[in-house]
Amino acid sequence: MSDQSCVYIKKEWDIVAARQMGRDIATKVGFGTVDQARIATAISELARNIYLYAGSGKICFEAIETVQKKGINIKAIDEGPGISDLAQVMEDGFSTSGGLGAGLPGVKRLMDEFDIVSKSGEGTTIESTKWLR
Amino acid sequence: MEKVLKDLVLTNSDEIVRMWMEQVKKNQQGEFYQSISEEMLENTNREFVNVIFEGIKKGEIAKTPLDEFAERLINLGWPLTYLTDGMQVFRRSLVKFIIQKWDDLDFSQAEHVYELGDEYFSWVLEKVDEWVDPLINELVSEYSGSWENIVSLQRVALQELSAPLIPVMDNITIMPLIGTIDTERAKMVMESLLDGVIKHNAEVVLIDITGVPVVDTMVAHHIIQAAEAVRLIGARCILVGIRPEIAQTIVNLGIDLGKFPTKSSLRKGFQTALELTNREIVENQNQEYEIENLIDSLDRSDNE
Repeated sequence: MSDQSCVYIKKEWDIVAARQMGRDIATKVGFGTVDQARIATAISELARNIYLYAGSGKICFEAIETVQKKGINIKAIDEGPGISDLAQVMEDGFSTSGGLGAGLPGVKRLMDEFDIVSKSGEGTTIESTKWLR
Repeated sequence: MEKVLKDLVLTNSDEIVRMWMEQVKKNQQGEFYQSISEEMLENTNREFVNVIFEGIKKGEIAKTPLDEFAERLINLGWPLTYLTDGMQVFRRSLVKFIIQKWDDLDFSQAEHVYELGDEYFSWVLEKVDEWVDPLINELVSEYSGSWENIVSLQRVALQELSAPLIPVMDNITIMPLIGTIDTERAKMVMESLLDGVIKHNAEVVLIDITGVPVVDTMVAHHIIQAAEAVRLIGARCILVGIRPEIAQTIVNLGIDLGKFPTKSSLRKGFQTALELTNREIVENQNQEYEIENLIDSLDRSDNE
């Protein structure tokens, strides 16, 4: 286990900063270019969701190293309005902002593990892990 | 600044400078200070304190010499903390010195006479603050002004680069996109694309995303919208420069780009564009013959 590093999302350009940091950590862990692109895209989606729907929040990265496997863990934490219907947002094509609605289900497919906890009015925490193969 | 204090400070400037230099050096331990030579730091410190004293002599606020000094430091890339830290240490040294020398002060000419007691301490602090604070404000605004200037210049430069349109030949136009696409830039891409299609009378537009590091749903959404808008004004859009890893993430995300043709490279896209406008690249064979004949004749003349 190594230490955590976080990027605070307040402006649109913070999304780029988060992506950059995630990519750096992914490179250090040893991911190839395809997985790096997947991780960067997933971070981009999570960070954009924070920026669009919660206004502000943070993305935390952690390089995981156990005896059996290595990977990267990404946590997106915000204290925004929360998601009232989790099943609905995980459906392809559902969007409240006129977007493509592929964000969260897309992240789930891009990463290996995906967990979402949300309470209406209290915020959302999404935790996602990608393992190095 | 009160005349009494000013006289005291000016006559004992050497002593104060010594105190200041001693203190300020203790604070200069960071990463930045290790990158510059000790001599350079010493010289700059000396100049800094001289500039401050020059200001005291001239009047209340030492604007010009300090401004020039600050401007030079900005150009050299010194951190703002160097200046603010220096001023804070100066304030502390000044207060300490004045209080030490309180007994020597000659109040015979002054408006207020203060005896040793609780009162005079806050009075000294107030007087020194009145004099040091405007200087700090001046320095900070000088620094932030230069940053704002740089940022606004870079923003203009970035805008100029953000959505270029190249009419490569009649009816075919290319838009190469390099770097991150945010909402503002996506808007500019759309506008410049539509303007360009009308202006250059383009039939086919190639959008090249080789230089876009990440294609997420937002970027894809904007590209789809732009392509749809281009279709509405009667031109066709080809998305080129899709790298293998980008292709995989687009599939993973489940984005449908099936509405318009896509190609892996600009070259392939350009060939398709030529086909769409009923043209093709023909190699000019005659010229090669001519050159070969020329070489042959040269060879012959050599042999003869």
